[in-house]
Amino acid sequence: MSVLTVRVWRGAEEGAYQSFEVPRRASQTVLDVVTHIQRALDPTLAYRFACRVGMCGSCAMTVNGVARWTCRTHVDSVAGDGRLEIAPLANLPVIRDLVTDMREFFDKWARAKGRFSGSRTRAQDVARVAPQSAARRDVDAAIECIGCGVCYSSCDVVAWNADYLGPAALNRAWTLLRDERDRARAERLRAVAGDAGCHACHTHMSCSERCPKRISPTAGIAGLKREAARAALRGEL
Amino acid sequence: MRSDVRARNHPAFWAFLAHRLSGIALALYLPAHFWVLGLALHDAARLDAFLRWTDQPLVKFGEWGLVLLLAAHLAGGLRLLALEFLPWRDWQKSLAAAAAGAALVVSLAFALAL
Amino acid sequence: MSLRGEALLWVAQRASAALLALCVAVHLATMIYAVHSGLGAAEILARTHGSVAWLLFYGVFLLAAVVHVPIGLRAVLSEWLGWRGGTRDAALGALALALAWLGLRAILGVFG
Repeated sequence: MSVLTVRVWRGAEEGAYQSFEVPRRASQTVLDVVTHIQRALDPTLAYRFACRVGMCGSCAMTVNGVARWTCRTHVDSVAGDGRLEIAPLANLPVIRDLVTDMREFFDKWARAKGRFSGSRTRAQDVARVAPQSAARRDVDAAIECIGCGVCYSSCDVVAWNADYLGPAALNRAWTLLRDERDRARAERLRAVAGDAGCHACHTHMSCSERCPKRISPTAGIAGLKREAARAALRGEL
Repeated sequence: MRSDVRARNHPAFWAFLAHRLSGIALALYLPAHFWVLGLALHDAARLDAFLRWTDQPLVKFGEWGLVLLLAAHLAGGLRLLALEFLPWRDWQKSLAAAAAGAALVVSLAFALAL
Repeated sequence: MSLRGEALLWVAQRASAALLALCVAVHLATMIYAVHSGLGAAEILARTHGSVAWLLFYGVFLLAAVVHVPIGLRAVLSEWLGWRGGTRDAALGALALALAWLGLRAILGVFG
């Protein structure tokens, strides 16, 4: 039976990689590997997971230098030579081993006004939104985000600019801006414009490259840039 | 923790890096370029001496390098304008390759003209 | 800088970029043509001397560059050198003026 050599980050910001030998199996995922280590080799290993079927995003980690969902990453596709390097998501404080503190990720979501703000009450009829309208198609292309943090972890501007809201927060803001039921447009544009917002995006497209849901935050951020420009030129910003 | 080059190893990131580095190089070159041309106004003798210096092969190579930088920055810039202003389409992902190709073609034209 | 200011800088950068795309295309084509025709610098300058068309062209080119270069460097300075805030923007403003000054001297030299 063949064996994988797996280096796993242990510690917090300060720490080191620890090597494990894990039996290689057919159809094995990286999450299977981490689980094996924790159950059979070292119970002190800290890591997160929940659904293990690619729906919740909790198992996101850095695998061979790239942020991925470990439950949806087959070992065969990343460990051709039998070697794996597993680390916590980048750009986030490390609590312990493979677990990061996601608070800053969600705080920025809130700062980008990533919350729906409509005007109808339950007493009124349901809003009618044409699914094929340009605005709704923009929303649909970006709405499936589950907040896994892979894009945020992949973004170099997040690393270079501590205030940068990041691709997920800006992507969510875009979906709300394009939602015809939304009533907070001016407030949203003020939240996402500027050095900490959409204008700091330099189209590296690492977010779009890595998103497991194939969302393109770059597209949404480009849209935010255009909307902010329009508002600024009209004196509305 | 910080990402390393493995996280950045995809075309759009290299396109960004080429665009930024060529921009910095051009920003450093431009004042020198203006200053030399300004010599034509005030100091013809110095300009002549300088222009004779530019006949050297190494300088010619440098000129080709500058054209490459300019073409690269222009191509990268057009790609960015397309990404930011045109409706989002899948083929835009291959714009990086197209920009690189265009830059090489232009600089090759310059090199061949020498 | 205010949000409106940041957004307007973005607009100015894209607008100057579009203008520069045209100017650079003309400039590169001219240089390639000149080099291919074996024109030396003296001959090129002889053709630009007294030409209002070239004066206007390079004037517009310079204006676009003076806007584009400092805004472009702004992000580089903050992200790679950690230089943010008023002093950075003031330095870039000074750079813009210096470029404009050197550029005007150059244009007048070329125009003769």
